[in-house]
Amino acid sequence: MAEQVKKDNQDNIVIRFSGDSGDGMQLAGTLFANISAMSGNDISTFPDFPSEIRAPQGTLSGVSGYQVHIGPKVYTPGDKTDVLIAMNPAALKINVKNLKNSSVVVIDTDSFTKKDLEKALFSTSNPFEELGIGNISVIEAPIGSMVKESLTNSGLEGKDVLRCKNMFALGLSCWLFDRPLNLAESLIRTKFAKKPIVAEANIKVLHDGYNFGANTHASVPTYHIATSTKEKGFYTDVDGNTATAYGLIAAAEKAGMELFLGSYPITPATDILQELAKHKALGVKTMQMEDDIAGICSAIGASFAGSLAATNTSGPGLALKSEAIGLAVMAELPIVIIDVQRGGPSTGLPTKSEQTDLMQALYGRNGESPVAVVAAKSPTDCFDAAFWASKIAVEHMTPVILLTDGYIANGSGAFKIPELENYPSIQPHYIKKDQQNWKPYTRNEETKVRYWATPGTEGFQHRIGGLEKDYTTSIISTDPANHQLMVKTRQEKINAIANFIPIIDIQGDANADVLIVGWGGTYGHLLSAVNEMNENGKKTAFAHFSFISPLPKNTEEILRKYKKIIVCEQNLGQFAGYLRMKIHGLPIYQYNEVTGQPFLVSELVKYFTKIMEE
Amino acid sequence: MSELTYKPFQASDYKSAQAVRWCPGCGDHFLLNSLHKAMANIGIPPHQIAVISGIGCSSRLPYYMNTYGFHTIHGRGAAIASGLKVANPKLSVWQITGDGDCLAIGGNHFIHSIRRNMDLNIVLVNNRVYGLTKGQYSPTSDRGYVCKSAPYGTVEDPFRPAELAFGARGTFFARTVDVDSPVAVEVLTAAAKHKGASVVEVLENCIIFNDGTHSAVSKKEGRAKNAIVLQHGKPMIFGENNEKGLILDGMNLKVVNLGENGVTEKDILIHDETTIDFTLHLKLATMPFPEFPIALGVIRSIKAPTYDEEITVQIKDVQAKNPTRSLKDYLMKGEIWEVK
Repeated sequence: MAEQVKKDNQDNIVIRFSGDSGDGMQLAGTLFANISAMSGNDISTFPDFPSEIRAPQGTLSGVSGYQVHIGPKVYTPGDKTDVLIAMNPAALKINVKNLKNSSVVVIDTDSFTKKDLEKALFSTSNPFEELGIGNISVIEAPIGSMVKESLTNSGLEGKDVLRCKNMFALGLSCWLFDRPLNLAESLIRTKFAKKPIVAEANIKVLHDGYNFGANTHASVPTYHIATSTKEKGFYTDVDGNTATAYGLIAAAEKAGMELFLGSYPITPATDILQELAKHKALGVKTMQMEDDIAGICSAIGASFAGSLAATNTSGPGLALKSEAIGLAVMAELPIVIIDVQRGGPSTGLPTKSEQTDLMQALYGRNGESPVAVVAAKSPTDCFDAAFWASKIAVEHMTPVILLTDGYIANGSGAFKIPELENYPSIQPHYIKKDQQNWKPYTRNEETKVRYWATPGTEGFQHRIGGLEKDYTTSIISTDPANHQLMVKTRQEKINAIANFIPIIDIQGDANADVLIVGWGGTYGHLLSAVNEMNENGKKTAFAHFSFISPLPKNTEEILRKYKKIIVCEQNLGQFAGYLRMKIHGLPIYQYNEVTGQPFLVSELVKYFTKIMEE
Repeated sequence: MSELTYKPFQASDYKSAQAVRWCPGCGDHFLLNSLHKAMANIGIPPHQIAVISGIGCSSRLPYYMNTYGFHTIHGRGAAIASGLKVANPKLSVWQITGDGDCLAIGGNHFIHSIRRNMDLNIVLVNNRVYGLTKGQYSPTSDRGYVCKSAPYGTVEDPFRPAELAFGARGTFFARTVDVDSPVAVEVLTAAAKHKGASVVEVLENCIIFNDGTHSAVSKKEGRAKNAIVLQHGKPMIFGENNEKGLILDGMNLKVVNLGENGVTEKDILIHDETTIDFTLHLKLATMPFPEFPIALGVIRSIKAPTYDEEITVQIKDVQAKNPTRSLKDYLMKGEIWEVK
């Protein structure tokens, strides 16, 4: 390994790989995150890419980024970057607002020609001056030409050669952050296992990048990142969508059920379908249907058959599924509906993230149509959230909507390989063997959950459907008093779930006057902001909701304790409104941002301080 | 279907206790009786049958079956039935659907379940009108049809279900009339025995909103004259005295009279329901009346892999090669690192 000139010992560092959407920045970023995790850092990642597969080369709309935050304690991908890899002028321009003071910027000088600058709408030949950034270290590397030179006679030609540029960037980053190359090498070999020529070319360029750093280090600081003190065990790197898929598989395994996913591709939820489609060895059945409606309908059919059934989608798809969710409410069949929220309304911002589907999840159906709603708080928490959503569905015979979002779905973290014996049991609410006088809507009177008989079981043939049924006989009924009773019963069934889910706990300083409230994927940013507040002597408490319908049993008790409650969410106040409706007279303040981007910890701290001092 | 246990059942074993609430004289009553008889014929026990429906008059049918049943939402029966069949391929799954449910709101699911050759028995009850919403035109109503939603007559052409089924690569198509019990039972039985998506079009009368829509074949006398009941391997002969037949004249079908112009039974086309090429099946299914008879019976029945079987086989194949059976085992074989 080349000698490092100086090593700054750093706690946390944020690096962003940025370039054209064809430059392979997502791969470079992913590999860098994995290498860091394997080296013992906490990681949090944030892929930020355009919805166009290949936007015009070199333009601002085509910039694709992958941000990695590494350090001993990491909850978010970080607000601002310490190191920016800018493969072209557009990438520099797009990311300049998020550069920290005295950060390092790596540029590929071969992509900073006059023409490139024009494509990114620069009017002068000095982009740094034009952008007004002075206090940074720039590493100028002619990456394109060095890669071409290095790969002469490599067996690769033309475009394939230039595709290796991202590995040069990775190699250089490995030098900057003191990462051993052997980890990168083995990951590259696995990635290109079927194309050994490509693998070796990439590895050669990786070394070139590293050596370039070692040879030209003079004025640039390199970093040594402290490692985290994680729980013992085996870890792997997962993004939120993969963790969601794993959570469903784990729940099916725990419950002894077959897993079925009915789906229709939609950004940013498609990866869940693609992940589950791989797991035939584990007996998982997936169907890619003709539309989002058929996706949930096939899952409802599978649920009727007795499977652990799920469907995955994003906002517009959830809208299409509304009527079918209502059917599952009425038929009281278990189903997990995963909504990976994205920017809306309509097609909106498909690759960006929001929390704007909460009201749709809670109320977006005709009739009084209560369902359970659960939200995941981080990429790795998607596992637990999917597990719990499945558990609630089959134990309480109800649709459960699991809300994740584009940010945690694509972001990743170090995931401890779970020991399923440490997870709660899952006991589907099947008919009892000696069940007498059973009718389809015969219920457990305490939980209001009906008993589940699946086709193929002799003696339990029955008919269910979307029409209202009589509470006692289970046959079609339009009786007014019966309808009132059934409407109430379906709601009570959902309310009763509160007795079976964890209570909410307070993080930060529980004795503070100000309580920060959040839900879902904003957890990392809120926790970081709360920690910062408390570290600066500004007492702040924090309650983050994973269970939204029903709310945990102690919600009111907790919320009543605080003088000021700041509900933070990436919408115009949907959870705040929901809390006001459920619990009257709360001193609620709102922090709402709907930019399609994650919160900024610095902005949160600023707002919390302002409210605190008001 | 070797997993199913065969034992003798009576039609009454498939009948539920619930009072039937269709209009008196509605074709659905006849269909229901034929279905009970067909199920007894096939001999699959009631608990191994699931009947799925959408919305419409005929979609009430599951309530009258002593099988598993699911009365779902408008148009989505095929998608729900598909999920059910894939989740439990051992079940005999039936879909009961009307012309609106199947071909308007549910058109997409209909063609895709046929394309996948999902092993469903799709009973398409075609009365060419919306009954439950009280008399609007449907996707199978003739051009010019006058009704409440088209008081001056419709200005659109109808779907012909067979064309959709064949266009979606259908492997089974049959047609029957709501009153013709023997043919109906025969056709429903054949549909159940066919592996793959079987479409049975039931020409049905709506006594309230579209009375007489299939009058050419709904009455016994007319049927003998106006219908041809196709039977595999038999010549295409029809008429009150079996005096007429169908021949190919160039690329087209032609009605001939036996004994006239030297035509004998040997000249008459023999019905082959198993030809992969559906050209002739399509011609038979869409013969214009009254120049031609209306074809009943099994028009097409070909063998092809079914989705539910293929997915089951695929899982078995993967499992034979890959011994991983738990999530933990899978994850431990991946890219992992240990924190000690």
